[in-house]
Amino acid sequence: MNGERSAVNGEHGQNAELRYVYAVTAPLEAPLPDGVRGVADSAPYTVHQAGLQAVVSRVPEADFGEEPLRAHLEDLGWLEETARAHQAVVDALTVLTCPLPLRLATVYRDDAGVRRALEGGREEFRAALDRLAGRVEWGVKVHAQRAPEPAAAPAPAATSGREFLRRRRQEVTSRENTLEEAEQLGRTLHAALAAQAEDVRVYPAQNPQLSGTPGQNLLNAAYLVPRDRSEEFVARVERLGAHDPSVRVELTGPWAPYSFAAPDAARAQSQDGHWEGSHDRAVC
Amino acid sequence: MTAPSAEPYPPRGPVAVDSQQPLARRQVALVDLLDRLLGTGAVLTGSLTLGIADVDLVRIDLRALISSVGARVPSPWEGGRPL
Repeated sequence: MNGERSAVNGEHGQNAELRYVYAVTAPLEAPLPDGVRGVADSAPYTVHQAGLQAVVSRVPEADFGEEPLRAHLEDLGWLEETARAHQAVVDALTVLTCPLPLRLATVYRDDAGVRRALEGGREEFRAALDRLAGRVEWGVKVHAQRAPEPAAAPAPAATSGREFLRRRRQEVTSRENTLEEAEQLGRTLHAALAAQAEDVRVYPAQNPQLSGTPGQNLLNAAYLVPRDRSEEFVARVERLGAHDPSVRVELTGPWAPYSFAAPDAARAQSQDGHWEGSHDRAVC
Repeated sequence: MTAPSAEPYPPRGPVAVDSQQPLARRQVALVDLLDRLLGTGAVLTGSLTLGIADVDLVRIDLRALISSVGARVPSPWEGGRPL
């Protein structure tokens, strides 16, 4: 890509390639599936240290160095391509093991740097891998659904200011009732799902314009569930969420347990301010 | 074809199912992916991009998203709040 860079490319000089890390896993018993491509169309491989493995690939420094990365992240097309490629590698790993997925754009200068990170975090990674073994994550979002318009035919123009205000009030009240009903349903759903999950993480609500889903986002949460109880969990979501006209429920999964990968303390901190409800399954 | 993996690629990744159209399974939305990839996931020490990941990523991604849907969007949290 960059002619100038190849001139300074070398083993010990300014490497033109960096290491992008996708996940940390226990030693894999099978090779990575053929055909999996990582970010920047790179081929993932594994780096071993301390009884752990990092799944990494070589990426150009011209794109993943700190400065170019900063610029790229503002390019939505690049961000999406990279996020989906990261996800594809993590997905491929979930066939073989329960990976500890890393945050997007975790980059090291070389394999030795990756090994040092594994060595330094060995206790934490092992604890996390033990905690997450056999678990998957399900995402559930609840959106308020707009009530059907009260009158199909346009009402005759208000004849007085008072009449106009009365109608406005009626509209507002009806909207508020629907929203309240939807919020209640969201709370009920969350409580029921939290009781069935081992851990819960509540994300900030998504802007409908960003998510492309109409209606206020009332719940945006992730649930950690044993893989073999997933079916039960999904059935529960369907039972509780379907058929109610005041809400639209969206289920995503099964995800590798991204939302539960960081140590508990870090997650507790990041939840501050996002959650005011009472549930006893909050991060402990 | 000596690999023991009989799993087809791509393997089952997360899909999105909507209560409105339960039979239509979709690719997960970018916004759900970014919730996870930017906001969570384990963080390794000593990475070159740790500073970006810790401080700027969320802001950057929101700016990217917002500029993509038009300048009229006032704030990512406008009109939405958790339970």
